[in-house]
Amino acid sequence: MSNPKSVLASDLIESFDQSARLSEKAVFQDSGSFAGDLDAQLTAYGLKKSYQKGPVDIPVLQGVSLSVRQGELLSIIGKSGSGKSTLLHLLATLDAPDEGEIYFESQRIDNLGRMERDALRNRYLGMIFQFYHLLPELTTLENVLAPLMIGHSVLGYFRRRREIHKQAKELLQLVGLGHRLRHKPRELSGGEMQRAAIARALITRPRVLLADEPTGNLDYASGREILELLRRLNAEQNVTIVMVTHDLSIAQLADRSVELVQGRIVSS
Amino acid sequence: MYKLLLSWRYLRTRYIALASIISVTLGVATMIVVNSVMSGFTTEMQNRIHGILSDVVFESRSMNGFYDAEGHMEAIRKVAGDYIEAMTPTVFVPAMLSFQVQGQTITRPLQLIGIYPESQGAVSDFSKYLQHPDNRELASFDLHPRGYDTKDHQADCDREGSSNVRNRKQMQEAGINRRIAFIDHQRMMAAMYAADAAEPSPEEASNGEAETPGAAAPKDPFAGIATPGQSEEPQNPYAQKTGIILGIALGSFPRETGETKNGVPQYEDVFMVLPGDDVKLMFPTAGMPPQASSGVFTVVDFYESKMSEYDSSFAFVPIEKLQEMRGMIDRTSGAALVNSIQIKLKPGVDGNMVRDLIQTAFNDRSHLYIVSTWQDKQSALLAAVQMETAILNVLLFLIIAVAGFGILAIFFMIVVEKTRDIGILKSLGASGWGVMGIFLSYGLALGLLGSGVGMGLGLLIVAKINWIADVLGRVTGKPVFDPEIYYFYKIPAIVDPLTVAWVVLGAVGIAVLASVMPAIRAARLHPVEALRYE
Repeated sequence: MSNPKSVLASDLIESFDQSARLSEKAVFQDSGSFAGDLDAQLTAYGLKKSYQKGPVDIPVLQGVSLSVRQGELLSIIGKSGSGKSTLLHLLATLDAPDEGEIYFESQRIDNLGRMERDALRNRYLGMIFQFYHLLPELTTLENVLAPLMIGHSVLGYFRRRREIHKQAKELLQLVGLGHRLRHKPRELSGGEMQRAAIARALITRPRVLLADEPTGNLDYASGREILELLRRLNAEQNVTIVMVTHDLSIAQLADRSVELVQGRIVSS
Repeated sequence: MYKLLLSWRYLRTRYIALASIISVTLGVATMIVVNSVMSGFTTEMQNRIHGILSDVVFESRSMNGFYDAEGHMEAIRKVAGDYIEAMTPTVFVPAMLSFQVQGQTITRPLQLIGIYPESQGAVSDFSKYLQHPDNRELASFDLHPRGYDTKDHQADCDREGSSNVRNRKQMQEAGINRRIAFIDHQRMMAAMYAADAAEPSPEEASNGEAETPGAAAPKDPFAGIATPGQSEEPQNPYAQKTGIILGIALGSFPRETGETKNGVPQYEDVFMVLPGDDVKLMFPTAGMPPQASSGVFTVVDFYESKMSEYDSSFAFVPIEKLQEMRGMIDRTSGAALVNSIQIKLKPGVDGNMVRDLIQTAFNDRSHLYIVSTWQDKQSALLAAVQMETAILNVLLFLIIAVAGFGILAIFFMIVVEKTRDIGILKSLGASGWGVMGIFLSYGLALGLLGSGVGMGLGLLIVAKINWIADVLGRVTGKPVFDPEIYYFYKIPAIVDPLTVAWVVLGAVGIAVLASVMPAIRAARLHPVEALRYE
């Protein structure tokens, strides 16, 4: 990573840390626009998003407001097409909302610059996908290390290589893949791939884990295991988890669940 | 870090991309081979040209030349003395050579050059190309008793496939034995003609015997007597006339032996004259009007520069003798005319600069003198070779450029194939620049690999080029590199590290350039759309 970027990234961390300390008088409270839960780690306000398909605009999110507390396991239930994946992408700053604001630890993040968003995703957010999204060319260990490789310069990476590797191996042990370090994703089962993806999401010690149908592609037993793992991580490591699913039985395992119907939150 | 890791992994897993750089590899290899061989050729040819022509030639426009060579040399030294290592005056004159072969008279036009044999060696590589080892040490116009080379000393005989070095068995006879046989034969012929004139009843049988020259030579009773006595004794009938060094192609021709070695037909050199024989020369005298003058010379050596132009048209004689025979010496003052001054420069001196200096000094008499460098003298040939090299380079580089488009297409394909991975990387926090970096370093790696292998291949071919030519010759039954045509026994190749570096750099540059557009496309991919991509 280039130098100017790492400078920006460190600025970002600092500002985050500051805002965490000043959580009582949250920035957005002063703005007067939204006064949500003061413990909220991730807050969305009035999110609107539509996609263009030919000449017509298809509204996906029509004013979603949402607040996630630190250490909470929140599930967002919705049928396919209800906009839950889009919501997750917006929370992860992978996409920008047409309207509305998103705050992460009292800092507005939806209007951040490209590089700051990259750094935010890299350091504070972890993502898990339905289709695991592991890089097929890399081994399990390398996949887990990928976020750290992205976050460090070549030199910085090599300087901390031993420490980083140890950390990744421990994490893979934790998710039960200690024996699969050198395997390529195609040699793993679905459950194993998802566990590897979870390890990858956790390697940077993120504050928030965003999971998009983490069990959607798994059989019941493996899905259960993954959920158990997520719950354990949530409990033991106090990671905030936002999980999107269409499966009610899975949603019920969360601390709290909200339902998304046609781009609006209908229950919480 | 991930950029390097991923591009390395892509390099190892995407064989289609490796296929796309094969043309880069071949292009680089070909360019290296072509440039090496061409520069080898050029250098060799320049050496050959330079071997006879000195660095700078100062000559008169008229064939009669100018008096006071010393004065002219002094004047030249005054303007450019710091750059000049040696100078020697010479006389150039067109002449007609004739000699007898088995009763037939053979006549050849040539350029007769009068030289001081010792100082000629100082201004050019003249002596290096002579056939007697002693003459190569110090050129002289004296006939050596024996010991002329029977093989081309310039051929690298150790080389495998040196089979096509031509045999020169006849040169064994060259020298004093040949001279004795020649004179005896001439005497016999003269006696026979005299007898014929006296008695008009010829004996055919004895005539036929006498016309096989050389056959009686080893048994010649005079051989033992004449060997120690050389040209010093004027009454010695075997004494040599004024020496002449002939271009080798003037007195010999190659002939197929009918044998083949490794499928390549073998040649031998057949000599019509040998050192020891007398030849007749006819040339114009100086003065108005020029008159034909002629003289008899004894061949003392052959000159072989391997430039067929020179080998078939140059002959060298002692300058004083030529001046005398052409009437170039003023009877009363003893001053002699010369018509050119050969100048050798100190190493590293720019010939053009010296030429201009001298030209300026003689500006007021520019209608009398021409000053030229050796490159000027052969500018057409040198320019042709240079042009050929340039065009070949352009064509071959176009091949590499075409390979660049192949890389471009395949990279686009890989970017499309990797769309989801790009989305994943971006969701993990990779920046657009980072993603671009993956594909740029992938392109760089491909370019380095392709041109690196190409460089290795090219250098290997250059190192083994003669072996390859031999093998090809054997397979096709036709010599790839026919020394009959090229005058070189082996393919000359000079690897210029700078050229190699440029070729490799250019190829790597093209590979990187070709990956720029796909890399930009990858960088611009929207992460959400990339993640949705199935």
